[in-house]
Amino acid sequence: MLDFSPLLNLPLIAGGVIAAAIFLYVLLDGFDLGVGLLFPFAPSEECRNKMMNSIAPFWDGNETWLVLGGGGLFATFPLAYAILLPAFYIPIILMLLGLIFRGVAFEFRFKSKGKMHTLWDYSFHFGSLTATFFQGVLLGAFVVGVSVKGRTFGGGPFDWLTAFSLMTGAALTFGYALLGATWTILKTNGKTQEWARKAALYSLLYVALFMGLVSLWVPFLNDRIFIRWFTFPNLAYLSPIPLLTAITFISLYHSLLKKQELKPFILAILLFTLGYLGLMVSLWPWIVPYEISLWQAAANPKSLSLILLGVFFLLPVTLGYTVYSYYVFRGKSSHHYE
Amino acid sequence: MDLDPILLSRIQFAFTISFHIIFPALTIGLSSWLAVVEGLWLITGHAVYQEIYKLWVKIFAVTFAMGVVSGVVMSYQLGTNWSGFSDSIGSVLGPLFAFEVLTAFFLEASFLGIMLFGWDKVTRGMHFASTVIVALGTLTSAFWILAANSWMHTPAGYEISDTLLFQPTNWMEIIFNPSFPYRLLHMVIAAYLTTAFFVGGIGSWYLLKKRHLPHARIMVGMAMLMAIFVTPLQVLIGDLHGVNTFAHQPAKVAAIEGLWETTKGAPAILLGWPEKAEEKTHSLLEIPHLASLLLTHDPYGEVKGLKEWPPEDRPPVAIVFWSFRVMVGIGLLMLTTGFIAIYLYFRHQLFDKKWFQRLCLVMTPSGFIAVLAGWFVTEVGRQPYIVYGLMRTTQAVSPVMGQHVLLSLLAFVAVYTFIFGAGIYYILTLIKKGPQPFLKQDEIYGSHGLNPPTLGYSNA
Repeated sequence: MLDFSPLLNLPLIAGGVIAAAIFLYVLLDGFDLGVGLLFPFAPSEECRNKMMNSIAPFWDGNETWLVLGGGGLFATFPLAYAILLPAFYIPIILMLLGLIFRGVAFEFRFKSKGKMHTLWDYSFHFGSLTATFFQGVLLGAFVVGVSVKGRTFGGGPFDWLTAFSLMTGAALTFGYALLGATWTILKTNGKTQEWARKAALYSLLYVALFMGLVSLWVPFLNDRIFIRWFTFPNLAYLSPIPLLTAITFISLYHSLLKKQELKPFILAILLFTLGYLGLMVSLWPWIVPYEISLWQAAANPKSLSLILLGVFFLLPVTLGYTVYSYYVFRGKSSHHYE
Repeated sequence: MDLDPILLSRIQFAFTISFHIIFPALTIGLSSWLAVVEGLWLITGHAVYQEIYKLWVKIFAVTFAMGVVSGVVMSYQLGTNWSGFSDSIGSVLGPLFAFEVLTAFFLEASFLGIMLFGWDKVTRGMHFASTVIVALGTLTSAFWILAANSWMHTPAGYEISDTLLFQPTNWMEIIFNPSFPYRLLHMVIAAYLTTAFFVGGIGSWYLLKKRHLPHARIMVGMAMLMAIFVTPLQVLIGDLHGVNTFAHQPAKVAAIEGLWETTKGAPAILLGWPEKAEEKTHSLLEIPHLASLLLTHDPYGEVKGLKEWPPEDRPPVAIVFWSFRVMVGIGLLMLTTGFIAIYLYFRHQLFDKKWFQRLCLVMTPSGFIAVLAGWFVTEVGRQPYIVYGLMRTTQAVSPVMGQHVLLSLLAFVAVYTFIFGAGIYYILTLIKKGPQPFLKQDEIYGSHGLNPPTLGYSNA
């Protein structure tokens, strides 16, 4: 049977693939969840239609990365999947329920009038808000760590609920709002775009605040993280991350003031990339933080070999037609619908 | 209060997956049918096909959206509620799920966007290609998920390691496990028939109301073609599937037959009442030797009864027994509908008889009920195992508290009822409105997306 384990460090590559899938999810569903977060604050119904239309062809594909993240984690690191999901039972269920309310709103909103229309507007907004907030909580709870007994989750049902995880919930909400606002700048014009620019500026301010807070808080959650960042020579090697982050903030601020269209979105993505890199540096090499490493949780090398072979051939194709679909729906969004 | 997380997790899983399967059952069939309808439009150029397409693609979109959101729940529930299972079989079934996402979900999701909103963004050929790709995506998805499900019934190509985890030894044996070909064909055809009777029922309603007659005739006509030619095929495959189950899961078959004692020349009980406490089935109507004949192809063949297994190894009898009869009963009704359709067709009355239109209208939801009943037979019939004969469902559950599972279950019931109600309401609204005459380019559903492309992004 197919087995690349003598040649390749399979768990490491699989870990990279999962990390990339989750990151793509965060970026892609991030901007469309962000549109949901900003939705009720838009100045008019026409703006809301434009915003909704700008993501309607994409949301389903974007959410598929979440299925790849979950399904992929199950396939490549079943032990981590089996420990993390019960540990985060409540926030995961709440996130899923949020995603249900926002997902169906796309179809239902366009088909209803009057009060029902308003109902699906709220379903879209609060669904997006719930999903986003609990994704942030999940991130925070993951960083704080999970207690393990043998091969199962060994903690209590509310271990995930900490001041830190609530803070990351709020942080991600502003983060996605920033992605959503910069996406809206790119895909709309006129009044909607002007409003989105303001929304982006406000979000950026909060994102800066929360990113600072996270950077200060994380090293004190765990000694290992502190040592990783604040000892020589690591400090020197890792210093470009915070430096680049600061530069990105400033450039994003300026590009918003200069009323650029594409650049704010690209810079917001860069900001997320840097934040994600910082987190990976902090959490390496854990897949269940501070208990189980990538290598301990990895599936059978034959399973990883098969999956990675599939990923090698299929992921480029997937990315290819995803890009094609964004290309088909390029340009500004209209407010029309049937 | 002491709440059993195992029972509650089972109820939650049964509820969420039953809810979910309704939508794929329709989207698998509808996407293939839509591809055929769009193909007919491209070939013949008749607007009526395009109008049918545009009505049903909207219904497809609502169905697909509900399928997606309830499907995301499934991919996480395996871990939240069944972590023991995930940990044990991850190396064997994990790759199958990963391939489902990579080969099917992305394909469906990306090209669905073009199918729904790309009408005036891409060429007719590309739009047709998108419809075909979505249809192939739904079939590919069915391939992987049924391979994984079938493996839980008839595990193969694995070994159990010292750490008591399932490890793969042969991928072809894992994917093409003994029950997979039958289950795949049975389910895909079930999805096609479900769609046919759904579409045919709606068409009949238009005929009854004397509305959209050209569209209605095509809908009913195509549906009846399926009823006539595909229902007998389904009966045949169902029979082969039953023989396969008899070879690999005899306890499930004993529960299906309501047979307690091992019998040579076992009858088929058409109507009866299995009594678990008395360990017997009160039979009201039965055909002698039929069960033996169907299962062993010998009227005196031996069929094992439930008493061959200790009570703790038997599946729940009543649910399996009754669900099976509901499924087969609906199958026979579908078969009868097909026969009547042939008769009326040769008398040139297929679209004229009110009583037949009413029959088709009643049959509209029949496929969904049969699909659910069939899944109840096979999944409840696998109990008390999650991996047949190897791993018990009780060993699979997550270390979560019963109270929390109860709360999540109640939340799912409430949310799904609400969402489902709304979904049905919107589908009915679309049906009531019916196919609309072709309008000018920018008013069609396709333009629902974005303005015509501009060249690059300006920094204005």
